[in-house]
Amino acid sequence: MDTSRSYLEPSSFSKKMAAAIIIVYAVITLIPISWMVMTSFKNVDSAISYPPEVLFEPSLEGYVNLFTNRSRQSQEYLDSLPPPENWYEELVRSREMVITGPSKFLGRYSNSMIIGFGSTFASVFLGALAAYAFSRFRVPLKDDLLFFILSTRMFPPIAVAVPIFIMYRKLGLGDTHLGMIILYTVVNLSLAVWLLKGFMDEIPKEYEEAAMIDGYSRLQAFFKVVLPQAMTGIAATAIFCMIFSWNEYAFAVLLTQFNAQTAPPFIPTIIGEGGLDWPAIGAGTTLFLLPVMIFTIILRKHLLRGITFGAVRK
Amino acid sequence: MSQIKIVNLQKSFGDFTAVKNSNLTINDKEFFVLLGPSGCGKTTTLRMIAGLELPTSGEIYLGDEEVGMLRASERDIAFVFQLFALYPHMNVRNNLSFPLKMQGYKKSDIKNRVEEAAKLLRIDHILNSNISSLSGGDRQRVALGRALVRRPKAFLMDEPLGTLDAEFRELMCLELKKLHLDIGATTVYVTHDQLEAMSLADRIAVMDGGEILQADEPNIIYNKPKTKFVASFIGSPGMNFFEVNEGISKDQSFVNIEGAKFDIPKQLEESKGSKNFFGIRPENLTLNNNEGLKGSVFGVEYLGSRKIITVKTSLGEIKVKTDISINVKLNENVQVKPLNNNIIIFDGQTDKSLNSEFIK
Repeated sequence: MDTSRSYLEPSSFSKKMAAAIIIVYAVITLIPISWMVMTSFKNVDSAISYPPEVLFEPSLEGYVNLFTNRSRQSQEYLDSLPPPENWYEELVRSREMVITGPSKFLGRYSNSMIIGFGSTFASVFLGALAAYAFSRFRVPLKDDLLFFILSTRMFPPIAVAVPIFIMYRKLGLGDTHLGMIILYTVVNLSLAVWLLKGFMDEIPKEYEEAAMIDGYSRLQAFFKVVLPQAMTGIAATAIFCMIFSWNEYAFAVLLTQFNAQTAPPFIPTIIGEGGLDWPAIGAGTTLFLLPVMIFTIILRKHLLRGITFGAVRK
Repeated sequence: MSQIKIVNLQKSFGDFTAVKNSNLTINDKEFFVLLGPSGCGKTTTLRMIAGLELPTSGEIYLGDEEVGMLRASERDIAFVFQLFALYPHMNVRNNLSFPLKMQGYKKSDIKNRVEEAAKLLRIDHILNSNISSLSGGDRQRVALGRALVRRPKAFLMDEPLGTLDAEFRELMCLELKKLHLDIGATTVYVTHDQLEAMSLADRIAVMDGGEILQADEPNIIYNKPKTKFVASFIGSPGMNFFEVNEGISKDQSFVNIEGAKFDIPKQLEESKGSKNFFGIRPENLTLNNNEGLKGSVFGVEYLGSRKIITVKTSLGEIKVKTDISINVKLNENVQVKPLNNNIIIFDGQTDKSLNSEFIK
């Protein structure tokens, strides 16, 4: 019998099996994403060719179409123009079109950034303060308040879409960055409070007491001692909040049109000539994927650090 | 450094009174230990001195200043927690300089003070280490260092050796004592471990049920306990008690217990009721074969140079601390008698010791 390993440790065979299952699963989940990325680098023709092309000649047409508005012109008009100044103009002209200006994508994308990060920051900040209070102070009706906060999660947010639409119109918050930040913050706040309260409860109150004895006020102790130790929880909460507000579609469709429209309602409206411009949509979704991915990868370090953090505290 | 004085201090949590009407004066540069079983109010008292709890009533003086209602940050005291509460996201150096940063010292001053404290505690070689990589003893030293750098008016310590293993605890005990001699700071130390208290303290206050029962030097606490609780709590094992079913009058010098006559020190005070207690320490008893209370050996414990023999008698179990040379077998019939007249009579109604020639 093999006695070189602990009885509780999985055997090398089961480890290999687990790895194989994970790899298969990862490949299956990655297929749509890689197809999307591939589509973004195809040209309009190969994107819709049948049978689908797995090997293709890469093209930046999708990205060019995503960032520009174009109009079709007659060959005579194109011939009368001076030669194209750069590669993307050349690409557009080869399709018998001219660039008429930048598209709205960049604006929508930065709206998504402002609203996504803004509401994430607000949810985590307010959530951390509320969670700390619920965790440390004797709040009257604490349990009822916590349940009340949680109860806002008990229906799909879109159920209140009509009242919010009317309220926002009256308040002048419709189609504004502030309005969307407030809305997403409200939706995320209950999650933030509950998640962070759990993490705050785990931090012994002696740390703040030590800081207060060391001459710091409670608020300073909160920022200097409690928050750094709640980093794991803050990272996890921030990721959840970010994913929600970044992906949110229904409210964005309903409440934003021009000024504060985010990327999710904008991307499906990218229509090319004679049908949907799949490479441009692929390019839009690929770019849309990046910020959340980068954000999660950055915060992942905190998540991992947090796991070993708690283990050695005492 | 300053004197600490608490006057009529009281603390209630809802219906529960954790600290009852306590009065204490802790002298400047004294090492003062609050000793008692868990839940006796010793930690609450310490936390009130620190400013982590606000008293329900009463006053706390630090030096000449009444600080009872001040915030912890305004009191200029240092606190060493049982779990050390070192900030895990900072290294040793930053932990030590954390209290100084708040007070607005210059960077070079902070550095000097931190290094001075580190040298004193012999942690200067680990200043750049992470807290999580330190051993229990080093964490303990860092926690002391963080208290030390501030040069506060007083040090408060809440069972700081509680989490260390026995061997290390002894060593840290010695280091603490030496540190106290070196810097001569007023120190209030909370523990439930009487050996720790005995070896560290200049004076000890024994607490039970939220009350301070006696505050005195260790040898007085041990030899002349003021209440039955102090007598039984201090000492290992605690004092033996026998019921005396008679009133004690002034000048009385013997009592009858179960028909046998026992000499007691001449009493200077009479008892309130007719049920009292005869108290004697195990080391003041001896075993023999012809005199005293009859019983049989129930248990024998070896403590190195001494032996504790439990004798079952008609008065209950009696602990006798004897010389190692005394050999008895289990269930052997023996007789127990007092070795000397170091006997204390406790009033059955008040639990207080009665004054006598032995205990005045």
